[in-house]
Amino acid sequence: MSAALLVLSAFLASAVEMVEALTIVLAAGLTRGWRSSLSGVAAATLALAVVVAALGPALTVVPLDDLRLVVGALLLVFGLQWLRKAILRASGFKALHDEHAIFARELREAETAPREERAGLDWYGFTLSFKGVFLEGLEVAFIVLTFGSTQGSIPLAALGAAAAIVLVAGVGAAARAPLARVPENTMKFAVGVMLTTFGVFWSAEGAGAHWPGGDVAILAVLAGVILWSALLVALLRRRHGELVVA
Amino acid sequence: MKHLAAFGRFWWDFVIGDDWIAAAGVLAGLVVTALVAAWWVLPPAVALVLAFTLVRATRQA
Repeated sequence: MSAALLVLSAFLASAVEMVEALTIVLAAGLTRGWRSSLSGVAAATLALAVVVAALGPALTVVPLDDLRLVVGALLLVFGLQWLRKAILRASGFKALHDEHAIFARELREAETAPREERAGLDWYGFTLSFKGVFLEGLEVAFIVLTFGSTQGSIPLAALGAAAAIVLVAGVGAAARAPLARVPENTMKFAVGVMLTTFGVFWSAEGAGAHWPGGDVAILAVLAGVILWSALLVALLRRRHGELVVA
Repeated sequence: MKHLAAFGRFWWDFVIGDDWIAAAGVLAGLVVTALVAAWWVLPPAVALVLAFTLVRATRQA
């Protein structure tokens, strides 16, 4: 059960981040040239591979309880960030994530930026793609490594992430347009719920607590996080409605 | 020095995010969990932290 949740979490988190990276790469490619944009993608992928190669083996030698405490705490902080934004979006306090609008803004900025050649590449296009892929990918790498190492299976988490990357890159290459129809806001909500759930479970275990029922308690935590989030969305929606009327 | 500050800011934003209260609340919840070695501390602590940080965000909105 937790293996399925592990793959699903890695898949969803990676898909969401890769959709965002794709929007930036497309904007850079269409306005500044594909050579610079794809070189930025390649450089960022290489940089991410170095980060994963350095951190991955290091995480496997840390004792499991210490790892679960530190990684669980980080996942929990991450999860609360995702969940907070998702609840604010769902209740109307924050604008929904709109890939079309972001794509239009990136295109505008990329078209007006001055041209500067370095090593035969348009520097703006290169750095825009590099930053987009590296920053979005860093979060994916972090989630895959921490989820995988804590659950004792980095390859399983990597499989979920790789499936998402291949899918998004394939669809993006075919469509040559931002994947605005992907239900990103719902997926972000799901990722926030998953990260918070695993974060609560692992960090409490790492701090010395024992969950009744062992791993099955993950499902109870998951249900609790979903119900609490839904209640908060409902309460904040009502509050937002009152503020709009007033 | 400027690069060091930017590097620190990047990691602060990456890990802590928009509201440091959430990170502080998680840390406090884990300290209490470690002290009493009980599973039932963290879930309500996280629920309260999430609600609190949302109230702060909606007041700022």
